[in-house]
Amino acid sequence: MCTSIVEIVGAAGAGKTGDGWIDLTHSVVSYDHPHHALLEEAITIDFVNAALGPGARVAVELTLEAAKQLSGALARAIAAAEIEEGARLRPRR
Amino acid sequence: MAYEGMIAETISIRGDNNEPISAYAARPLGPGPFPGMVLLHHAPGWDEWYREATRKFAHHGYAAISPNLYHRAGEGKADDVAAKVRAEGGVPDAQVIGDTEGSVAWLRAQPWINGKVGVFGTCSGGRQTFLFACHTKNIDAACELWGGRVVMSREELNPKQPTAPIEFTKNLSCPLLGLFGNEDRAPTPEQVNQHEAELKKHGKQYEFHRYDGAGHGFFYYDRPAYRIEQAVDGWQKVFAFLGKHLAA
Repeated sequence: MCTSIVEIVGAAGAGKTGDGWIDLTHSVVSYDHPHHALLEEAITIDFVNAALGPGARVAVELTLEAAKQLSGALARAIAAAEIEEGARLRPRR
Repeated sequence: MAYEGMIAETISIRGDNNEPISAYAARPLGPGPFPGMVLLHHAPGWDEWYREATRKFAHHGYAAISPNLYHRAGEGKADDVAAKVRAEGGVPDAQVIGDTEGSVAWLRAQPWINGKVGVFGTCSGGRQTFLFACHTKNIDAACELWGGRVVMSREELNPKQPTAPIEFTKNLSCPLLGLFGNEDRAPTPEQVNQHEAELKKHGKQYEFHRYDGAGHGFFYYDRPAYRIEQAVDGWQKVFAFLGKHLAA
């Protein structure tokens, strides 16, 4: 790892690996050398189950621009979801 | 036509704290004696490129071993294991030094060694090669290829990497070859300047080759950073340097 840019947050949910679905414990975001994408550096996102070993990983490697678009899409979807959730919680008249 | 052959296999050796770690070893067939080489893999892991590089050294007449510096992260595909190590903030410098010393000791215990051993590493392995060469008196040459973070800011220091390798320059114990791309960002040309200035200050034996038109990892033929002219010249520089310092 040559950049030391790594962000780790807890994850609750599931991800699909080559071997099937796994429960997730963490999301790991970094900016580092990708393994497959033909880029010098990439935003890499690993959804992992830390208890299940190195293979319990759903991985993506994105260009910086694609990562920004994803970040925006996530923010928009989350904002819309929160409105939806808020409506569900309001008492019906 | 002379008969040519090699043996290449995974083995188990004693690493840091005498713990068993896996390693990939390759050497020409025959009684030797062969100079020894330890290859320290890059941040992307103990992968296919490092298997190939280990066999390349064997092809050139070296007994080579590439220890799995990520052994303790568990079994798995190289990219998955490297991702786990990345999330853990890398491996501790002290552990890498111990694993490398164990690799050198394994080579030196073999009957077909000519008594000379060198270390080669790229990327994080380049950094670790320099770091190790400053912590041992047991090797005869070191090849540091684009070692990122030999120069580290105070903010980059952490419990696993508590001291910037450049701080140990005065203890460098063998001739050093450095290959760098002038378009690299880790290390930057400015950081390579600092690295070189420190070597000069302490009167160390070194040769640095700095390539225009190349960035980080310009030997990796399967990555966009590959630069054929610089890579061909760089490999020639590596083998010329080792031929000079590891001949019996």
